[in-house]
Amino acid sequence: MDALDVARWQFGVTTVYHFLFVPLTIGLSVLVAILQTMWHRTGDEKYLKLTKFYGKLFLINFAMGVVTGIVQEFQFGMNWSDYSRFVGDIFGAPLAIEALVAFFLESTFIGLWIFGWDRLPRRLHLASIWAAAIGSNLSAYFILAANSFMQNPVGYRINPDTGRAELTDFVAVLTNKVAMITFPHTIAGAFLVAGSLLVAVAMWHLVRNRDSADTPAYRFAATFGSWVTLVSAAAVAITGDIQGKIMTQVQPMKMAAAEGLYTTESPASFSVLTIGSLDGSRELFALKIPHLLSWLGTGDPDGTVQGINDLQAQYAAQYGAGSYTPIIPVTYWSFRFMIGFGMAAAAIALLVLWSQRKGRTPTSRWLLRAGLVMPLLPLAANSFGWIFTEMGRQPWIVFGEMLTRDGVSRSVSLTEVLTSFTAFTLIYATLAVVEVKLLLRYAKAGVPDLTPDPDIDDTHDDAERPLAFAY
Amino acid sequence: MELTTIWFLLVAVLFTGYFILEGFDFGVGMLLPVLGRDDRERRVLINTIGPVWDGNEVWLITAGGAMFAAFPEWYATLFSGFYLPLLLILLALIIRGVAFEYRHKRPEASWKRRWDTAIFVGSVLPAVLWGVAFANILRGVPLDADHEYVGGLLDLLNPYALLGGATTATLFLTHGAVFIALKTVGEVRERAGALAVRLGVAAAALAVAFLTWTLTIRSSTAAVVFAVGAALALLGGLAAARVRREGWAFTGTAVAIALAVATLFAALFPNVLPSTLDAAGTLTATNAASTPYTLKIMTWVAVVFTPIVLAYQGWTYWVFRKRIGVAHIPRH
Repeated sequence: MDALDVARWQFGVTTVYHFLFVPLTIGLSVLVAILQTMWHRTGDEKYLKLTKFYGKLFLINFAMGVVTGIVQEFQFGMNWSDYSRFVGDIFGAPLAIEALVAFFLESTFIGLWIFGWDRLPRRLHLASIWAAAIGSNLSAYFILAANSFMQNPVGYRINPDTGRAELTDFVAVLTNKVAMITFPHTIAGAFLVAGSLLVAVAMWHLVRNRDSADTPAYRFAATFGSWVTLVSAAAVAITGDIQGKIMTQVQPMKMAAAEGLYTTESPASFSVLTIGSLDGSRELFALKIPHLLSWLGTGDPDGTVQGINDLQAQYAAQYGAGSYTPIIPVTYWSFRFMIGFGMAAAAIALLVLWSQRKGRTPTSRWLLRAGLVMPLLPLAANSFGWIFTEMGRQPWIVFGEMLTRDGVSRSVSLTEVLTSFTAFTLIYATLAVVEVKLLLRYAKAGVPDLTPDPDIDDTHDDAERPLAFAY
Repeated sequence: MELTTIWFLLVAVLFTGYFILEGFDFGVGMLLPVLGRDDRERRVLINTIGPVWDGNEVWLITAGGAMFAAFPEWYATLFSGFYLPLLLILLALIIRGVAFEYRHKRPEASWKRRWDTAIFVGSVLPAVLWGVAFANILRGVPLDADHEYVGGLLDLLNPYALLGGATTATLFLTHGAVFIALKTVGEVRERAGALAVRLGVAAAALAVAFLTWTLTIRSSTAAVVFAVGAALALLGGLAAARVRREGWAFTGTAVAIALAVATLFAALFPNVLPSTLDAAGTLTATNAASTPYTLKIMTWVAVVFTPIVLAYQGWTYWVFRKRIGVAHIPRH
């Protein structure tokens, strides 16, 4: 074990952890904004109740996303300083723009929304949640543009004197074809999580308490959440398909590693299940669908998909001796888990819609249980998607330009990285327990009672009136 | 003006904004156990910054991003070199941010006490460590010819840097007390106002010592002017605090923090991270900078968006301008 390994583990752990909260922030901010808009338009109290209820869950999650996000920005400089030196000219810009354009918007307006219920005119208060939601979604774009440069570097040159990457075309960086498709794919994945959360919480209340005054609210949330889940699942699939074709062009090794395809095939079959030998050089058992991989990778059922061994030989000739192959079992299985978990959530959403057809109220305990695990499925799919795309890029930190091992901080010792990795892991694990317990507590509490608080009555004059919300 | 100079100024402005805004957030957090005698009073204190602390923290994220984009070498060397202090700052900011949001989510006293501790520790650590970090930036650190940090943790804990940490901590305490006096009513306001004066005397003494020491390490005309201005502003703020002119007192401490940060950056320029070893290791606004193309794009983005951000953040403070007291704290 050396500092490089620990730095990599820390990046993996802190990033996957951060991205457990990000999808809900991205997706739920918009869904809560939609719920509040419906209340604003119709005046129907059930939408207000849902806004406040899901808004609370959203905020419990939001706090974690914010604080774990700061670590991400600092981590490049702390653990990956040589990487930062190499790409700073290009990579820093989207990060800075994200903070200035998106993160200020999100953080400022979320404060206005949380505390502004009684201090802002209704319209402005509604606009605040939309501004925060737009900020969240915009920030995803800039971060993904930065990440896409690592997958498919564009709009740069290498300065022969300094050996560093320099920006030559910023528009090319922002319109990187990998970014253009990864953004909708990631956003769709985020809405898959948010829609599932809506369904899970609503189903729990529906099945347990069939005839409460709030049943119509939960019914609406379950149906709305299911539709969001289904539409997102379709969007995830379509964008994922396009992404696969782009990946086959720009990172053929990643596609081959996703499939465990060792030799170049035309036409190539899609592996449903392949078990390889332990050294990963040949397959022992395989269940395959002919032509499917060719179609997925190239759009042509007879198209050529390059294999790992051929690409390895080609890269060794191009970049010098060494291994250019990611860890195949990791890429192979994370790719499948990503797709499998995501589609499982969509299947449950279909069942939930079916259970409510023609005004029925769902009663099945089995469906309740399925509904409860539902948000965990797309959450896992999101994590595996990131593990796949980042591990599939290895051994590169910037594909074709810099190896991961060359990006690590030279001045940081093993002890230092171990200290920070241990500290983050412990604090993140503790906070995860606290956060999940709070989420469950507030999810179980159900939609709020909107009868006015006796504290806030006409006996107080305006200056003495308690705040509608306070920490 | 050179683009690199503009970006040096912009990074300075971003850190100035950060320390003015999060300075009083840290102060409020550190004063939580001192000024908040029961749960309702502590909630009053937390709610003075409740709607704004998150937006204030984005100044840091933007400053970090701006450093990365405009001066990648500075960002890379500084963040890898100041590893453990930054780690502590990160951990502090994590528990503090979560604490604000989670503290009121359960009624148990033990639950609240734990988050109160998190807010206190999460405010003290950065308030001290930012001072230590910036003092070291000014003093210079051991960098080799490749601009790599070759010192250890103890190199960062020198007397000058520790004085810097004590200075920022007491300045933020004063700034926070003044802010609380400005934003509350009742007993909390009285106590905060009285405490602000006492803290302010300590802050003024430390700040004068620290800035004087700073100017003996490196200096420029502008730095001297700023340092004198910082001292005058702080004294003015204190005088205002004594007679309970809270708005003026807050203006005084805010200007004092701004000018103290300006002193450091003015003394530092054109260096961004001097080396105490090889002169070739010194990072300057020129040799640490990105290409002119990147800086030009970033300048346009900053020119367009900074005024917008300032406008809506300023508006937030206007929306939440009312003072609060225990009567305003809802039971839940």
